[in-house]
Amino acid sequence: MAEKNFKITAETGIHARPATQLVNKAGQYESEVTLEHNGKSVNLKSIMGVMSLGVGQGAEVTIKAEGSDEEEAIKGLEEVMKEGLAE
Amino acid sequence: MSKTLTGIGASSGIAIAKAFLLETPDLTVEKTEPEDQAAEEKKFDDALASAKGELEKIKEKTLNDLGEEHAEIFSAHLLVLSDPEFVDAIRGKIRDENVNAGYGVKEVSDMFVSMFENMDNEYMQERAADIRDVSKRVLAHVLGKKLVSLAEIDEEVVVIADDLTPSDTAQLNGEFVKGFATDIGGRTSHSAIMARSMEIPAVVGTKEVTGEAEFDTMMIVDGIEGTVIVDPTEDEINLYRKKQEEFAAKKKEWAKLVNDATESEDGHHVELAANIGTPDDLEGVINNGAEGIGLYRTEFLYMGRDELPTEEEQFEAYKKVISDMDGKPVVIRTLDIGGDKELPYLDLPKEMNPFLGFRAIRLCLEKDDMFRTQLRALLRASAFGNLKIMFPMIATLEEFRQAKEILFEEKDKLKADGTDVSDEIEVGIMVEIPSTAVMADTFAKEVDFFSIGTNDLIQYTMAADRMNERVSYLYQPYNPAILRLVKMVIDAAHNEGKWAGMCGEMAGDEVAIPLLLGLGLDEFSMSATSVLPARSQISKLSRAEAEEAAKKALDMETADDVKAFIEETFPSEVI
Repeated sequence: MAEKNFKITAETGIHARPATQLVNKAGQYESEVTLEHNGKSVNLKSIMGVMSLGVGQGAEVTIKAEGSDEEEAIKGLEEVMKEGLAE
Repeated sequence: MSKTLTGIGASSGIAIAKAFLLETPDLTVEKTEPEDQAAEEKKFDDALASAKGELEKIKEKTLNDLGEEHAEIFSAHLLVLSDPEFVDAIRGKIRDENVNAGYGVKEVSDMFVSMFENMDNEYMQERAADIRDVSKRVLAHVLGKKLVSLAEIDEEVVVIADDLTPSDTAQLNGEFVKGFATDIGGRTSHSAIMARSMEIPAVVGTKEVTGEAEFDTMMIVDGIEGTVIVDPTEDEINLYRKKQEEFAAKKKEWAKLVNDATESEDGHHVELAANIGTPDDLEGVINNGAEGIGLYRTEFLYMGRDELPTEEEQFEAYKKVISDMDGKPVVIRTLDIGGDKELPYLDLPKEMNPFLGFRAIRLCLEKDDMFRTQLRALLRASAFGNLKIMFPMIATLEEFRQAKEILFEEKDKLKADGTDVSDEIEVGIMVEIPSTAVMADTFAKEVDFFSIGTNDLIQYTMAADRMNERVSYLYQPYNPAILRLVKMVIDAAHNEGKWAGMCGEMAGDEVAIPLLLGLGLDEFSMSATSVLPARSQISKLSRAEAEEAAKKALDMETADDVKAFIEETFPSEVI
């Protein structure tokens, strides 16, 4: 399993457009990808799951991937995160 | 038989065309236990594929017609249909609980809708509408029913609906759809916002238009006045055709004024500002060339929820408005709740005379914590631009002093903590209670500005409840009594070197504008769509002539006399 922590810097948190981008990216990988925040974990391939987490600015989140392309998945998602969404 | 309905003008302009009724087919489903489960699953899969296909097409069309921003919502819709949590939950329901496909879709969608509706975040609550919209599309396919398609319209029509969903509005073809009217909705509902960006006339919240109109009934939609005429007479049609032409000509002329300052014919400058309720209204403010925000009604932040908004939430909203206005003045009014605007979670007792009761600043001064939270959010936001703070419903000087003291206490605390707070914040009051208008000379020594709230000032001066239709004849903005009070306030401000504005309906009224210009009003704040017409009107008025006229009006006997006099004196500038 591969994982990575992020701190959300975007003012709006993970909402609308950033959520869409993350879910679209996650969908490109075979691995199971989850997003964790505040002790809750959701499927990162599910837009409703991601939005239901209600991740705001300053939140600490963890992305985990498990499967054949887990390393690539984390790398790909990190790129999306770093585009103004998180650090 | 011609019948006129009143609603809310959501997008100005006039449309005259036949009605196209957008009715949702009956999508109720009963739970059954199908014999062939695999067939039900296939039915769902096929419906899902068809729905996705349709959405792709709508998205494509929206992208081409309206641009990326508007198309984004359909990417979100498509994502819902690809959402494993959503789709698998429906498949699971069909398979494990052995139910029909339609029931599975309905159950799962209801579950997600209520989950999102119950989140205490407006953004998430709106997502519930998206899920409902998407599910309806899938369900229609499962049931083999056809959603009336706006995309198929190929002649000029006015669309009549209970409400319009985002996917409905995206399918509106501007070539054929001349306007629309709905039963529900307000100025800030999705359909209203879309209508304004597509620039098609719309009236929302008519309550009964779907009951009155039938397919092909002739309709007039007047988005300027907020009225809809069902089955108009020949004369009405001719009258509105003329109005339509006039409006088109005026609009062309107005559009040229977006970047201009507001000046009378003889070079006197006044400021035209806009009233807003939420940061979403900013687009209209900027598109219509307002020179500032004259009234930001903060109560919408507190309404439609279960608890008070946090300091952080308020800060974000205020900061957005202040920084987006880019240095232009932003007058933010502290919470004006009570009267006709209730907050259930505050649990306030019912009152006999709510308009004369425990509301606005009276409530804030007692609910100290709540007031301080709002003031802190405002103070923090002040660092991002040109903020002016305004207290509503001030009746006595003590109230103003007390409110200002609390504000300064919070300011000192924030500064002590090292928070950035502007030192240039002007602090003013709404003048809407006659006692304050009469004492304006005294107030003017202590406040930085006045903003006259005419809706309440008129109701309190005339002792006529503005919610009571039987006394609505007493709502008389041109009554010399009101004009004299307005004059007292403006003169008092000027004597102390302060400014006076107005943020009631009256400020954007074309009969009142010459009078107010003549009385020396410095700032006129109105709905954003009135800004350009007002700028155009003022540019044709002479300040000197308006002053003359205002002087005469003050000595007239009745409101009707004043109105007739102004219409006669400024015939081409009025109406």
